[in-house]
Amino acid sequence: MPVNEGPDGIQVTEATIFVALFLVVTVMGFLASRWRRPEDLLHLDEWGLGGRNFGSWVTWFLIGGDLYTAYTFVAVPALMFGAGAAGFFAVPYTVVIYPMFFLILVRLWSVSHVRGFVTPADFVRSRYDSPTMALLVAITGIVATMPYIALQLIGIEAVLKAMGVEGELPIIVAFVILALYTYSSGLRAPALIAFVKDALIYLTIIVAIIVIPVKLGGWDVIFGAAEEKFSMGSGVLLPSTGQLQYATLAFGSALALFLYPHSITGVLASKNRDVIKRNMSALPAYSLVLGLIALLGFMAIAAGVQPIGTDGNTIVPVLFDQMFYDWFTGIAYAAIGIGALVPAAIMAIAAANLFTRNIYKEYLRKDATPRQEAQVAKIASLVVKVGAVAAILFIDPQFSIDLQLIGGVIILQTLPAIVFGLFTRWFHRAGLIAGWVAGMASGLWMVYTVQRIDPATGEVIREHFAGSAFALSNLGLDSTYTIYAGFIAVLVNLLVAAVATVVFRRMQVPAGTDGTALEDYFANEGDPRVKDLPEVVEGVSLRKE
Amino acid sequence: MATTENPPTRQTRDRSPWYWLLVIPVVVPLLVPVFNRTDPTLFGWPFFYWAQIAFIGVGVLTTTVVYQKTKGR
Repeated sequence: MPVNEGPDGIQVTEATIFVALFLVVTVMGFLASRWRRPEDLLHLDEWGLGGRNFGSWVTWFLIGGDLYTAYTFVAVPALMFGAGAAGFFAVPYTVVIYPMFFLILVRLWSVSHVRGFVTPADFVRSRYDSPTMALLVAITGIVATMPYIALQLIGIEAVLKAMGVEGELPIIVAFVILALYTYSSGLRAPALIAFVKDALIYLTIIVAIIVIPVKLGGWDVIFGAAEEKFSMGSGVLLPSTGQLQYATLAFGSALALFLYPHSITGVLASKNRDVIKRNMSALPAYSLVLGLIALLGFMAIAAGVQPIGTDGNTIVPVLFDQMFYDWFTGIAYAAIGIGALVPAAIMAIAAANLFTRNIYKEYLRKDATPRQEAQVAKIASLVVKVGAVAAILFIDPQFSIDLQLIGGVIILQTLPAIVFGLFTRWFHRAGLIAGWVAGMASGLWMVYTVQRIDPATGEVIREHFAGSAFALSNLGLDSTYTIYAGFIAVLVNLLVAAVATVVFRRMQVPAGTDGTALEDYFANEGDPRVKDLPEVVEGVSLRKE
Repeated sequence: MATTENPPTRQTRDRSPWYWLLVIPVVVPLLVPVFNRTDPTLFGWPFFYWAQIAFIGVGVLTTTVVYQKTKGR
């Protein structure tokens, strides 16, 4: 309710509360370096993995803050607002992910703790004795993560716009502060801030889910309004041609999410296997919140919300503004804004870990000491943040959105090496490389073909990269169905990797030495092989037992 | 927690019939044609929406059971 506008059209109450809460987390971010204080923060296990010692609660907040980002909270309802039922894929996506990764993540945790791996690429290098495949995994991870960080800025931007704050300076200031405390505190900073972020998110959504339907006249009215808006199509249900896309997008996105380096960072920071297993049951609490947040899109339809300018991402902030008292709107905005900081910090740390371990130490300075590693990672995290801000300032934000979409498709191409690698060493390292190349090429081609067509006129609005829904008609099939491009690409990847593996075996191309042992995959905390703080290994696979 | 005693390392494998339970919450939410319908509604929610929210409960239940049955492994 814009009754308290300041001289420049800035909503004073909201902005004051937003800034106050932002300052609180800033102080927490810097103090975090003293939290669970290590002997020496200048070690990648400390800076980059928070000491590898987080219990169930911290892990729940950390991974929850990591996976359910501000951008998700803004973009999913925006998708529901614009496209209806298709936007609800976020729910099945975040349901299937935990049972699917239950066994995968505990294995990854165990082998990483025994062998001192910090990144997924460390694992691939050791498992397949292949610095090349490890480099591909690292580069894929960095490229997929960068636009994701940039998108968090779009989340903050949407909130700032709704508060009437113009210009780019506030975003730059916010990210500089974030960069500084991530630099000094490492993973401890987002882990600590995540408590505030999630408390605010849960508070906001519980209030929203009670207050807004009451104000609008009930759920019947909300779904009725959506039904009416989409009555030209299939109402609040999926069209029959969209069901395959819905299921494969949910499944493919779930496969992709835990391959992102920042998700793995959160998992490796936990203290034992049971912490991970317990979190597979506890993290769906966030899925419930996400489902409710998705429905904010329909509430915005019922409330007659108009996005600010052409920015569909502003519908949730505008809805809050219409529905809540100013002071509570301020809290809700802070929830989204702080919600952007936590994942952005973890993503930057994960990208920095990848650069340090799998590019710097592997190719630039093989004899880097743990101290140097930590120092390089800290600087790399700053570079990553600057890159993200630059991407938003100098490149059309739409480009970041496109890239993030492609990011899901390309990160999936690390699945054979990482996920299959945790269970079997059947694939040949050269076969995996061939599969990666094929998966990348086919995936990029598929998203390239995706056009956006104006539903009313049938005109092509965008020629290329307009989504991840690949039309099966492109393959010469007589079908109007679409399917998630990443899903097909990863199948191509697996097929090529399998065929190439057989071929390379026949040709007797050396497969390298496995740097891991079978027992590594089942080791737990307290196991003599698992050290609390593994001294950093001298070249991952060369560890002396 | 079992951190005080040394859990066996050699024989511990993640083979347990309980893990098959995890297939249910992975498959059910992907059977879109089954729940892509309006009726029955619940508190004004079309089936499509409340069913998928209910799947979250199915996921939590199965992972909890599997965790309890495979603790310390």
